[in-house]
Amino acid sequence: MMNTALIVGLISGAILSGTSLLYATLGEIFGERSGIVNLGLEGIMLIGAASGFAATALTGSPYLGIIAAAFAGTAANLIFAYVVISRNANQLAAGLSLMFFGIGLSTLIGQPFVGSLITGLPRLALPDFEAASIGARILSYDLLVYLAVPVAIAAWWLLFRTRWGLQLRTVGESPAAAFAAGAQPWRLQYQALAIAGALGGIAGAHMSIALTLTWADGMTAGRGFIAIALVIFAKWNPLWAIAGALLFGAAEGLQLQLQAAGADVSPFIMNMTPYLLTLAVLILWGWRRQFAAPAALGRNFAGVE
Amino acid sequence: MRHDGATLIACASVRARAFVLVTAAALAVFALLLIAAGKNPVRAYADTLVYVFGNTYGFTELVVRMIPLMLTAVAAALPARIGLINVGAEGQLYMGACLATAGALAFSDQPAFILLPLLTVCGFVGGGAWALIAAALRALRLVNETISTLLLNYIAPLIVSYFIFGPWRSPETASYPQSPLFADAARLPTFFHSRVHFGLVYALAALVLYWFVLARTWIGLDMRAIGGNPEAARRLGIPIGRFILVVMFVAGGVAGLAGMAEVTAIQGRLVSEISPGYGFIGFLVSWLAGTSAGGIVIMSFLFALISSVGDVLQITQGLPYAVVNILMAVILFVVLGRRTVGSGPR
Repeated sequence: MMNTALIVGLISGAILSGTSLLYATLGEIFGERSGIVNLGLEGIMLIGAASGFAATALTGSPYLGIIAAAFAGTAANLIFAYVVISRNANQLAAGLSLMFFGIGLSTLIGQPFVGSLITGLPRLALPDFEAASIGARILSYDLLVYLAVPVAIAAWWLLFRTRWGLQLRTVGESPAAAFAAGAQPWRLQYQALAIAGALGGIAGAHMSIALTLTWADGMTAGRGFIAIALVIFAKWNPLWAIAGALLFGAAEGLQLQLQAAGADVSPFIMNMTPYLLTLAVLILWGWRRQFAAPAALGRNFAGVE
Repeated sequence: MRHDGATLIACASVRARAFVLVTAAALAVFALLLIAAGKNPVRAYADTLVYVFGNTYGFTELVVRMIPLMLTAVAAALPARIGLINVGAEGQLYMGACLATAGALAFSDQPAFILLPLLTVCGFVGGGAWALIAAALRALRLVNETISTLLLNYIAPLIVSYFIFGPWRSPETASYPQSPLFADAARLPTFFHSRVHFGLVYALAALVLYWFVLARTWIGLDMRAIGGNPEAARRLGIPIGRFILVVMFVAGGVAGLAGMAEVTAIQGRLVSEISPGYGFIGFLVSWLAGTSAGGIVIMSFLFALISSVGDVLQITQGLPYAVVNILMAVILFVVLGRRTVGSGPR
């Protein structure tokens, strides 16, 4: 009995924390496939979490909250896009600036809503289950959870099965070649970063609107950086990102379950798991010399003379 | 390149004017946001000027903030000269504080003239060893140092929390997790009846040494060769791997000194919130300064001044301190947006 509860908790925990990570990772994949590293993902997630929560508290509708978070994430990411694409700024410095911008702006947006109560994103139960059964607990989630895998598949299809995706990936490998082939590198990069901002905003909103149901300063607690590491883990492929997000979600879920079960492990040691796991995976990838990064990642395209 | 005095002064005045414009633009944008939040930006800015320049307390607090910024900026600038990106000064600062605390608690019966040098070494080694993890992974060509230093930033504060919630938890203040108060001999001296502490000497010494080694020694020459063209440097027989390890260790050590100074001079014990992101801001300070030693001092002053705006917002306008990060980010965005193609450090 104890074990079933533990396993149920673990699976649903993995899916719930994995969802937010998956949206964020998919967003970063779009940006990095176009050749742009965005270290500001953490800030985008915070802005999404705060503005989504604020919109939900004001309108009473969590769905409007998600839409607001997607727009806020896009708007903030377009500032970053302008600075790195049109003004050729250093991507790492601009990304860290975006992170600080997100920390500050989300605090400002969230401040009036500290302690507010909201009705979160409703869980959509499948009809055949009784509400209290174990099946219902594993298999009833909010809309964003159900959409996460389809969105990942759609992202894969967009990147690998459409002309737009081919052009985008070419920009990430060699902007000059893409330009010569008739693509518009800057425009594609703007589009990629707009999508990344929307997904990052949704990722943050899922945490505040569906999981914690409160706003707290800095509540994403480094998940933006885990998502950036997950991109490498997933080898820049949205389908691998599903597996990665589930694995990392499970690590986080395991830690909550062990704490709930009263295991005698310091919570701080447990909290290190996702970061240590990421480092271990990166070391393994490096060991096997599996570098699949887009060739022009992190470099600015200054145009062809 | 040779400059005569007049050209130098002209260049400096053009840059200074540009910088004033940048700051003014950022202050205006931030003011609009404060108005939108129903606050009074003019009063906040005026209060800040009075707070910082109107009395010695505000100004000395600004200097106190400059100390960790200068140290973490050196921690970012030094590896940048050989083409490494150290975004991990935050974690290195925490580990420096952690090892210094271990020393302070273990050798609390020693006199200050033995204990303080020992704690300085502890802080340096703590930060250095933490950076060495990322350096070794990079030297073995396993993991890129940008991503590993970022991840290590999130592990270090958890190690600190583990100790202050566990083995080092002070029995007197059971409700609030922190280490016991250090012995008086373990407290870094402060000056002028203020909180300005001996860490200022560490920071200035680090900056002078940084400038001297890079500009005047064969080590600096080799480092610049690696930074300019690693492949050519390797063919010249420069041991790049060894340079990566040593440079990252020293850089992490300098960031560790910032952590050591925070716990031994400011807090007097280990607490969970040692740094409000000094390591990250230090990276941006170093970047804005173009990794020059003089620039680091000026930019640290500017960012310490911005953080004073945060204090004032908190005290007089009831806003959380973190809101000031917007002002910092806007300044950075404006500077980043002004740089034209190909100029400035990349």
